[in-house]
Amino acid sequence: MEIKVLGTGCAKCKSLEQATRNAVTELGISANVVKEEDIVKIMGYGVMQTPALVINEKVALTGRVPSVAEIKDLISKNQ
Amino acid sequence: MKNLKNKVWLLILLLPVWYLVYHFLQPITDWLTDSVLKLEKGAHFTEAFRFFFFEVPKVLLLLVLIIFFVGIIRSYFSPERTRRMLEGKSTFFGNIMAASLGIVTPFCSCSAIPLFLGFVESGVPLGVTFSFLIAAPMINEVAVILLFGMFGWKVAMIYVGTGLLIAIVAGWTIGRLKLEGWVQDWVYKTRIGNNGLPEEKMTFSIRMGLGYEAVKDIVGKVWIYVILGIAVGAAAHGYVPEDFMAALMGKSAWYSVPLSILIGIPLYSNAAGIVPIVSVLIEKGASLGTSLAFMMSVIGLSLPELIILKKVLKLPLILTFIGVVGAGIMIVGYLFNLIF
Repeated sequence: MEIKVLGTGCAKCKSLEQATRNAVTELGISANVVKEEDIVKIMGYGVMQTPALVINEKVALTGRVPSVAEIKDLISKNQ
Repeated sequence: MKNLKNKVWLLILLLPVWYLVYHFLQPITDWLTDSVLKLEKGAHFTEAFRFFFFEVPKVLLLLVLIIFFVGIIRSYFSPERTRRMLEGKSTFFGNIMAASLGIVTPFCSCSAIPLFLGFVESGVPLGVTFSFLIAAPMINEVAVILLFGMFGWKVAMIYVGTGLLIAIVAGWTIGRLKLEGWVQDWVYKTRIGNNGLPEEKMTFSIRMGLGYEAVKDIVGKVWIYVILGIAVGAAAHGYVPEDFMAALMGKSAWYSVPLSILIGIPLYSNAAGIVPIVSVLIEKGASLGTSLAFMMSVIGLSLPELIILKKVLKLPLILTFIGVVGAGIMIVGYLFNLIF
């Protein structure tokens, strides 16, 4: 599966990326975590509040950094 | 989730404790200064010490409480919702609404670009978008809480009122100038997708959890500026002579208002650091209008944000933005120097 972290490089985006990687490791799944920094592509997802999490091309969360547990939850729901 | 609920209950139980500490803060500080440490009354160091150990806990207490409630209120507003409310509004009414929504909609300068794109693309007029972009950073909860804590509610209200007025009038003016051509060309070509996220249905305890998160996030970020700002303030409070700022930032110096604005633009500090310093400037003879202008310029016209906006706006539009907002701040500055 593919997970994208959308963000233009602010501090929160980095912490979301880190939290997402931790969640993937804890779940023990093989997922590709990519950081998307291109604003045009970010807008393509209709996201107005960064950071945002996109799982399998579906926006799962915007505007905040959730806990690792919540990300694990989001990943299982959107698998 | 259960964990979160426990935290929320803990917060409610803490309310009476909060009130007691806040209410008895002055006697506690005096007791610590005079009875425990037995510092010499009236000495420079003693007064600086007293100022610091009274203001830091007071401001932090206010920040924690009010940001908690602001976090709850903000959970009812999302940028998506604000955008929908602003779509197709006539300009003047739209400007008023955008500036007001700027206060309550969650905003951070790193989100300025997606917000700008999202607004402009969905047909919110450029001027209305600017009213939002001016109000959102300038009238933020941290600034208002600090002003309230260090100057009282009157100054806080004056700041909010004039800030709103500037955002409305400046946005309206930019709209009237018809500067759409100075938006970077790629902006209008960008396709905005639909994120397909349903509006989250939230229970009140989730909203309280968000309030808790807001406190952790914002207070966790600004506490160091509060302490540094108040430390500088305390040092100046004790050691710098009265009237020190009168010549430079007093009423009689006509150039003080524009000069303060110019100095304020490259100075990048968040409200938490600048308000305590401004409070000392005023104490040392700076006039209210000049200090207000300085503060608005530091918080509302920040260089990093302008650099971020450069991605979506061409230089002439950025300069117009600085010019129009700067002019608004200048009028406010002179006006308050005249009244008070």
